[in-house]
Amino acid sequence: MEARQLTTFTVDGLLFGVEVHRVQEVIRCQEMTTVPLAVEGVAGLINLRGEVVTAIDMRTQLGLAPRADGEMPMNVVVRVDDESVSLLVDAIGDVANVTSEQFEEPPETMTGVAAALTLGAYKLDDRLLLALDVDRATSAVGVK
Amino acid sequence: MEDTDEIVREFLTESQENLDQLDRDLVALEADPSSSALLQSVFRTIHTIKGTSGFLGFGNLESLTHVGESLLAKMRDGSLTLTQERTTVLLELVDAIREILESIAVSGAEDACDRTALVRRISDLQVSEAPAGAAPGVADEAAETAATTQRIGEILEAHEVVDSTDVTVAVLEQQLGDDRPLGEILIAHGQATADQVADALAAQEAARGVASGAAPVHAAADASLRVDVNLLDTLMRLVGELVLTRNQIVATAASQAEPAMLRSSQRLNLLVSELQEGVMKTRMQPIDTIWSKLPRVVRDLGVTCGKEVRLVLEGRETELDKTILEAIKDPLTHAVRNAVDHGIESPDARRAAGKSPEGLLTLRAFHEGGQVNIEISDDGAGIDPAKIAAKALESGVVTAEQLRGMGPRDVINLIFEPGFSTAEAVTNVSGRGVGMDVVRTNIEKIGGTVDVVSEPGVRTSLRVKIPLTLAIIPALTVECAGERYAVPQVSLEELLCVEGERARTGVEYLSGAPVFRLRGNLLPLVWLDHVLDLTEGPHVDDAVYILVLQAESHRFGLVVDRVLNTEEIVVKPLSRQLKGVGTYAGATILGDGRVALILDVRALARRAHIVSEGDALGGPTAHGEESIRLDGPEPLLVVAVGERRVGVPLSMVTRLEDIPTSSVERVGQRELVQYRGNLLPLARLSHVLGVHSGGGDDKLKVIVYSQGQRSVGLIVDAVLDIATETPRSRGDANEHGVAGMAVVQERVTELLDMEQAIVAADPRFFSAVAASGAADVSGYETYAELGA
Repeated sequence: MEARQLTTFTVDGLLFGVEVHRVQEVIRCQEMTTVPLAVEGVAGLINLRGEVVTAIDMRTQLGLAPRADGEMPMNVVVRVDDESVSLLVDAIGDVANVTSEQFEEPPETMTGVAAALTLGAYKLDDRLLLALDVDRATSAVGVK
Repeated sequence: MEDTDEIVREFLTESQENLDQLDRDLVALEADPSSSALLQSVFRTIHTIKGTSGFLGFGNLESLTHVGESLLAKMRDGSLTLTQERTTVLLELVDAIREILESIAVSGAEDACDRTALVRRISDLQVSEAPAGAAPGVADEAAETAATTQRIGEILEAHEVVDSTDVTVAVLEQQLGDDRPLGEILIAHGQATADQVADALAAQEAARGVASGAAPVHAAADASLRVDVNLLDTLMRLVGELVLTRNQIVATAASQAEPAMLRSSQRLNLLVSELQEGVMKTRMQPIDTIWSKLPRVVRDLGVTCGKEVRLVLEGRETELDKTILEAIKDPLTHAVRNAVDHGIESPDARRAAGKSPEGLLTLRAFHEGGQVNIEISDDGAGIDPAKIAAKALESGVVTAEQLRGMGPRDVINLIFEPGFSTAEAVTNVSGRGVGMDVVRTNIEKIGGTVDVVSEPGVRTSLRVKIPLTLAIIPALTVECAGERYAVPQVSLEELLCVEGERARTGVEYLSGAPVFRLRGNLLPLVWLDHVLDLTEGPHVDDAVYILVLQAESHRFGLVVDRVLNTEEIVVKPLSRQLKGVGTYAGATILGDGRVALILDVRALARRAHIVSEGDALGGPTAHGEESIRLDGPEPLLVVAVGERRVGVPLSMVTRLEDIPTSSVERVGQRELVQYRGNLLPLARLSHVLGVHSGGGDDKLKVIVYSQGQRSVGLIVDAVLDIATETPRSRGDANEHGVAGMAVVQERVTELLDMEQAIVAADPRFFSAVAASGAADVSGYETYAELGA
């Protein structure tokens, strides 16, 4: 039985988790510079203490409905191949302690892009926690 | 084992440096064969390599350096002098040592090349004639004389034993065949006593001891140490962070009005600025680090072409960022080769023109306006605009119509167009038309510009301007559709603000393409919001702001909403997700903390040309050289490379393969894969075309082209379609690796220059297939080197 800690966040009502050691930091909504001609998932660029970080909107990436106007996303900054990438999510949750026994392959009910970007689900007491495949979620940008 | 690796690595780095020194010393020694200090230095270097390679068990290297050492030993004791032939063979020895060292660096073992021919040549040169006036048997004293800077006659003169006439007479006698040492002749003449000569010899010996013991060449090495570049990069990044933190602290302290805090923050401010400056300096290296290889290049080339060239280097200490130095090394070398091969005439021609038979090649580097200027000037035949025009017309680089609108300076600059070559005879040095365009492409890649001026019959001067560092560049910030963008100053020619009536009537349309009349010339216009697919923002006022930009040989006007200001910006790289976009050179953080994108002017121009097809179409495509002819509508395989659509003639596609990325093997810079029992050399079209491509897939799409027994593989991102181009839709292209453009399926598609692509995978492909002479091979290799 393998224990893991996941940083959790919600995107359009779905609860996702990323392994704690992949997460560099969580910050509030930042001023964003849009990048014309960039692929759809790229929301823009933010200034993270002097470093230019690409922000990827998880809603677009997962093929979900866009955020309502005035709703501010949160930045979950993760490390991917020595680069910082920010995931734009709706809200931040707690750190969840899970074990491999709770793990299941992606549920059948999940379709399309969301399933492709999910490693599987942890069955929590009250709901399902989807384990996000960070590498694919950030590198599959452009695969529509 | 670890320890051995460490020793070998140290041996390799040290030897590399020593070999560079050796190149310089040998060329200098050839010019001044009497310098015993230089000879000593050469001898010592070879001796060190021999010793260490013996210790580390590199037998071939040891035996090779051993023969070299023997030859040098004979020169050192004066029984041989350094002739051009001997210099050449010694330089070849240096190259052979380099090859072996490279092989050791790559594979950990010596290569299996047979170098007996070289060894024999070195040995042969050891037994040939002794210098005039010193027969082998009685060489001792005379040899000493030759090897030291102060000759025995001079010492005797200085001791006031003899006068200069006596010495001259004695030297003449030696030259007439008297093989006695100078001292003995003087004694025989009764002009000096045996004791006096013995004293002079002792003095000479002592002087030599000082010279060899001092070893002035390596003295500077003790004051410096090697630092890993990655460490410097980390330091640089940390300092950047520190600067930003400092800014915040200074701002906070100023608002608090606490005197102690204020003083500390001011001190911090000062210290951080100094630290930043210091760290920036660590990345700077004098241009001499790349120039020092040139004397050897010029010397070898001069010997090959039968030309006498004197190389003058001015401003050796001019400093540049390390990354930039590496980027300009090959283009500069190529330009220098060109100057020797094409610029400087043969000694006879020079004499006929009333010039000194020795050509002068001057390299000058200096700082000016935040940029580094490099000039490569030769006092050769110059460039005749009429000849260039004729040649450009003949090879299809320009049309007669385009030529009419060009001034002499524009005409001369046509030498930078792809497919252009003026060499009447193709030599193995240059003259394949794949030279100067690559020079320009490489210089522009790092944000520099290149320009040529020439006075026919008098001189040619190539002027290169490059930024000091890639990390910080001067830029103009502009606004478009509510976002700010930075435009590098280097491509900005001028700034126009067109107001009032002129703003409404100034823009005219030429068959659908907007143009602006700028001092009688038509300037094609590009709207930034249009190129970037932005929804047109509300125009703030009725003025039109036009940035006149120069990209490659195209000049165009970029229309923006507002022009903000000029500032020095720190270039930050874009993340992986954005590299495929191509229209941005990077990003930067502006004064208010917002991120702004830096526009890649070349890519914008390309994108705009694709949008406004009128510019891409027109003249016939008739590239000279042996480029594969693409006449007539022939089916094309349309592939995707990065963001670009590229057409490959279907007749050049032997097969399409999916190759697992894991099976690709790397040998040096090359990529190979085992394919049907043979090795298939690969080239990534993204590299050939200089575009970013996503990559990262576990399967590679490869176009295989075979001819006879040889095959090459060209890696593309995706295969899109097979289609035929629209008739008469051909247009010229100035891009590296692109033979032209055409409309395919109603979209502008670039036609791949198959020759360049194939050569990028296998430089010897054509020469091997055609089994033609050695000149071919090296001609292509020069290109491959530059294109890499």
